[in-house]
Amino acid sequence: MIQISLKKKLRAANGAIQLDVDIEIEQGTLITLYGNSGAGKTSILRMIAGLLLPEKGMIVVNTKTWLDTGKGVSLKPQQRKSGFVFQDYALFPNMTVKENLMYALEKGQDKAIVHELISIIGLEDLQHRKPEELSGGQKQRVALARALVRKPDILMLDEPLSALDIQMRSLLQDYILKVHKEFSLTTILVSHDIGEVIKMSDKIFIIDEGKITRQGTPIEVFSNKQVSGKFQFVGEILSIDKEDVVYIVTILIGVNIVKIVAVESEIHSMRVGDKVMVASKAFNPLLQKIN
Amino acid sequence: MDWQPLLLTFKLALITTFVLLVISVPLAYWLAYTKYRIKTIVETLVSMPLVLPPTVLGFYLLIALSPANSFGSFLTDWLGIKLIFSFGGLVLASVMYSLPFMVHPIQSGFANLNPQITEASYVLGKSRATTLFKVLLPNIKPALLTGVVLAFAHTIGEFGVVLMIGGNIPGKTKVASIAIYDEVESLNYHNANSYSLILFTITFIILLVVYLVNGGYLKRVWK
Repeated sequence: MIQISLKKKLRAANGAIQLDVDIEIEQGTLITLYGNSGAGKTSILRMIAGLLLPEKGMIVVNTKTWLDTGKGVSLKPQQRKSGFVFQDYALFPNMTVKENLMYALEKGQDKAIVHELISIIGLEDLQHRKPEELSGGQKQRVALARALVRKPDILMLDEPLSALDIQMRSLLQDYILKVHKEFSLTTILVSHDIGEVIKMSDKIFIIDEGKITRQGTPIEVFSNKQVSGKFQFVGEILSIDKEDVVYIVTILIGVNIVKIVAVESEIHSMRVGDKVMVASKAFNPLLQKIN
Repeated sequence: MDWQPLLLTFKLALITTFVLLVISVPLAYWLAYTKYRIKTIVETLVSMPLVLPPTVLGFYLLIALSPANSFGSFLTDWLGIKLIFSFGGLVLASVMYSLPFMVHPIQSGFANLNPQITEASYVLGKSRATTLFKVLLPNIKPALLTGVVLAFAHTIGEFGVVLMIGGNIPGKTKVASIAIYDEVESLNYHNANSYSLILFTITFIILLVVYLVNGGYLKRVWK
């Protein structure tokens, strides 16, 4: 169990906000901090890692106190066993892929973990390359692997996929889920992509202006209460075309494009680029094995 | 032609550069990352030799280190160090005079690094010292090279401050730039020309190498 309670005045782009959050995380779960930019999500991660100090706060990780301003306890970033994947990767440019991972080893730690991680992220062929020779997705995988070398108590991912194209994103989401399960990690993900959040998280905290406005499982938080659908997906509207009396809405779900028939009353508030939920409840979907 | 002034010049430049490197890395690190307001004052002091006539620095050093004054007599009586009109004094004066040429490139090297690589290193459990030597310094190699070469070349080119504090003692404080002046005074234009040509060529080559390395030309040729 990880308990986090943080208070701090933050200077954001649009004036000062008072950050005030309480978060509880079950061990082994993946939670998401979701919200607009400037809401304080990255600051929360930085405070957990010890890179930023709150005015008041408490962080207890599996009975170990990392921070307790009331008692004047504040562990240095070095003493907190956390893994941090930065938005722009922050790989060490002077080191190769393998050296970046080796650097993260603790004194006396078995080097086998480095080889294991390199094979998990599938970069055996590129392990002797410098970061500048890698693509964005490859760099991100290295950053993820590097954060795991120390077997952190918390893994933090700060919008790890925002700079990648949609296919690479989907691939990396799978990598993250894979290592999250394989290393039984407790993971905090910052994201503002609804599809990603729903796909990945066990629990979501929606943050607005430094406060948690809603929390719960993805379905609890995002789905409309009237829907009790048997299956549902979130996608983005690519186009809305009028055809005779109905409208054809083209929606991107993950990497698939689907077309859905809608009537005027359904689409009157929808625009291209909107996030929508596609759900069905009236009939049973067919399930067929494909290989 | 007497080679001693040239040898002395390079000995002075080498020692000065080494001392400067040891001092400047921590100083530049502090200047690049500190949030204390006193930083501005320190920055100003470091930059002073860029605009101050060398004679001013030389003059004050001469006064301060003179055995007739308390600090100078303390050095001589208690520590047995005599700094004026000696090689040690030249090194001290050169270090102060060339300080900005070493500190500025290293400081901007640190400042231009992505601050997140430092944070990434801390989160990985590495101390400040490990981070400095394994991550920061290797990533500012061009800045270090620029600093080393500029400080070296600038020390070779020193004249006023050396003359004030060191005088013109053959084998001890008579460096090449002073030898040139000396030869011209005695109308030995041939000797003056030899010294000058050597200094000219060497500094040209040194700077050329720096620009080639930092411009990445050598890497491209090797590949």
